[in-house]
Amino acid sequence: MSENKVQTITGKAIAIHGNDIDTDRIIPARFLKALSFAELGQYPFNDERFDENGKPKDHPFNRASSEGAKLIFANSNFGCGSSREHAPQSLGRWGISGLVAVSFGEIFAGNCEMLGMPAAMATPEDIATLQETSDRNPLAEFTMDLNQMTVSCASESVSVPITIAEGRRMSLINGHWDSTGTLVANLDKAKSVYESLPYTSGYK
Amino acid sequence: MARNTLYNKVWDAHVVTQLPTGQFQLFIGLHLTHEVTTPQAFDMLKERNLDVAYRDRTVATVDHIIPTDNMARPYADPEAENMMAALEKNTRDFNVKFLNFDSGRQGIVHVIGPELGMVHPGMTVACGDSHTATHGAFGSIAFGIGTSQVGNVLASQCLSVDPLKVRRIEIDGELGPGVEPKDVTLYIIRQLGVQGGVGYAYEYAGKVFDDMTMEGRMTVCNMAIEGGARVGYCNPDQTTYDYLKGREYAPGDDVWDKAVEHWQSMASGPDAEYDDVVKFNGADIPPMVTWGVTPGQSVGVDEGLPDPSSFEGADSATAELAYKHMQFVPGQQMGSVNIDVAFIGSCTNGRLSDLRSAAEIARGKQVSDGVQAIVVPGSQQVKKQAEEEGLDKIFTEAGFEWRNAGCSMCLGMNTDKLVGDQISASTSNRNFVGRQGSPTGRTLLMSPAMVAAAAVTGKVTDVRDL
Repeated sequence: MSENKVQTITGKAIAIHGNDIDTDRIIPARFLKALSFAELGQYPFNDERFDENGKPKDHPFNRASSEGAKLIFANSNFGCGSSREHAPQSLGRWGISGLVAVSFGEIFAGNCEMLGMPAAMATPEDIATLQETSDRNPLAEFTMDLNQMTVSCASESVSVPITIAEGRRMSLINGHWDSTGTLVANLDKAKSVYESLPYTSGYK
Repeated sequence: MARNTLYNKVWDAHVVTQLPTGQFQLFIGLHLTHEVTTPQAFDMLKERNLDVAYRDRTVATVDHIIPTDNMARPYADPEAENMMAALEKNTRDFNVKFLNFDSGRQGIVHVIGPELGMVHPGMTVACGDSHTATHGAFGSIAFGIGTSQVGNVLASQCLSVDPLKVRRIEIDGELGPGVEPKDVTLYIIRQLGVQGGVGYAYEYAGKVFDDMTMEGRMTVCNMAIEGGARVGYCNPDQTTYDYLKGREYAPGDDVWDKAVEHWQSMASGPDAEYDDVVKFNGADIPPMVTWGVTPGQSVGVDEGLPDPSSFEGADSATAELAYKHMQFVPGQQMGSVNIDVAFIGSCTNGRLSDLRSAAEIARGKQVSDGVQAIVVPGSQQVKKQAEEEGLDKIFTEAGFEWRNAGCSMCLGMNTDKLVGDQISASTSNRNFVGRQGSPTGRTLLMSPAMVAAAAVTGKVTDVRDL
C-alpha cells in the first residue's frame, strides 16, 4: 500500500476566510443527487462562485492564480454541519490534497482522513500568517509535511507547526487511511464482540 | 479523562481492537442507511467483492430525495428517481432490509429507528447523516458518518475512531410556558457555540431532561452536531423503557426485565467523572429563534438582535456575513420579521408530539395571507397516528398543506425549496446559507409551536402571547 502514503504535499494554497464554513456551502445539497462522486470536482463552493445565471463571481476558487492549487488554509470549524463526504470529495476532485485550519467539523475531518486528505490544525495566529502569505502571493508554493508536522513556504520564509491526531497522522504517513481492509481483516474479533452484546441475541 | 459514564461503558462494550495507527475499531450495533449517502458505498463493496457483514444489524429507508406531495413513480425529478432505483437495487442485490412505502414503516431515518424500537440503551448506532446523534436520546452512542465510512460499516459492521471527551450539560429547574425541547437545544448551542462541542460527546442531564419526553430528548440530541458534538446522549430511565415497551423491535415480555437490567447498568454511574461539566437553569430559557446563518446565532424571541462587535474575533465577521445574508440589522426585534414560508417537519421536529404542539396553535386559525405553510410528518406511522387524532384536519382547515413523510424542505433535495430570498420559519435544524434550496433563501429556526404561530400571524411571534 506504499502508493497510498501521504507524507508531503507541495503546491499553491487558497485562503478561505471565515469561521464555521459549513458543508452546505462547500457543496449544496442538490449536487448530492449524483450516484457517483466523479463529477463533483466542478462544484466546490458552487453557489458562492457563480450567480443564478452561472456567471462567475469573485471567489478564490475562480481566480486564475488558484488553478492547480493543492492546499486550503481556513479558519475555525471548517466543514461543520452535514456528514456529506461529497464536501471533501468535491474539494479533492477539484485538486485539493490537504487542508490546514484552526479547527474542523469532526465528521468532515473524518471524511478527509478516509480519502487520504490530511486535515491538520494550526493556531489562529499561524493560520493568519499562512492566509496572509497566500493572499499576498497566490503563486507561492507551500509544503505540508506530515513527518516534520509543518507547513512552510521557502520563498516567503514562512514555516509554522501543525497538529493532527496521531492516529490520523500514522494512517496517512503509513498509507493505511483506506481502513476498509484493516477493519475487514478483524472480522473474527468483531464477531466475538457481536456475540458478547446482549441486544444482538435478543437479551436471551 | 471521563470514566464510568454511559459513553465509556458503551465504548468498552464495543471495542473490537486497537488498530496499528492507535485508533480503535468499534463494533456498530445498528446501521441505518438511506438513499443519499449509500450508492457509492455499495459500489465500493461491489468493486472490492465484499458483502454486507451483518444484515441483521442493517436497515434502509428512503427520506432525503422523495417528493412529499406527488409520490407517483417515476418521480418528476429524474435524479431522485435514479437514487430511489439505486437504493431498491442495492438493497435487493445485498439483501438488506428496506423499509419502503409498502411496509408502512418508511420515514426519516432518525424517526423510524426509534419508533420501531430498533434503538436500545447501550447500543452503538451509525448512519450516513450528521443528525444520527438523535438516537443518543435512548442512551445509545450514535455516530454520523460519511459515505466511505458507510462502506466500512457495511463491510465490517465497524468504524475506525478515536475516543471522545465527555461533557455533562446539566439543566435543572423548570422550563417556562411555551418553551419546548427545540428551545432548549438552541439555547445550549447559543451558550456553548457551534464549535463548543468539537471533540466531545454531550451528556444531557438534570431535571429538565429527567422530565422530558423521549421525543423531546430526541430533538435535543438531534442537534448535538450543530453545537459541534458528533455524539449526544441522555441516560436511560423509566421514560426510555416505557417508550420502548411493546414496539416492534423492542425486547418481548419474556426477556423484558433482563433487558431493562442491562440498560440500567449502562447508565452513567453516581461516581462517573467527566472531562467538563456545564450547568444552566431551565427557567432562563425563552422561546428561541435564529436570526443568522449558524444555529448558534439565535436570540430569545423578545430580545433585540446583537451588535456584531459584541462577538469576539472572527465570530464578529461571521455575524456581519449573517446580517448581510439575512438583510437584518443589529437591534432589530425578530417580532417585526414577516415570513413567506412555514415548514413543520424534519428529523428534529417531525414527530407526533411536534405535530400536536403545532396543531394546538393552529387550531381554529388561518394561515396568514401570502404564507405557504407545509406540514411534513416524519414517518408514515407519524402520519397515520396524526390522522387518527385528527391533526391533519386541524392543519388543512387552517390552510396548511398536509404531506407524506420525508426530509423535504429541511434541505431542499426534493421539490420543496425556498424561492429567491424568501424567509422560512422552520422547525428544521440548519439555517446555513442556501440550506433550504435557494442560495439567497433565509431560514429562521424555531420550535413547532413558534412556527405554527408565525404561520398564522405571518410574522415571527412570541408563542406565549397567543
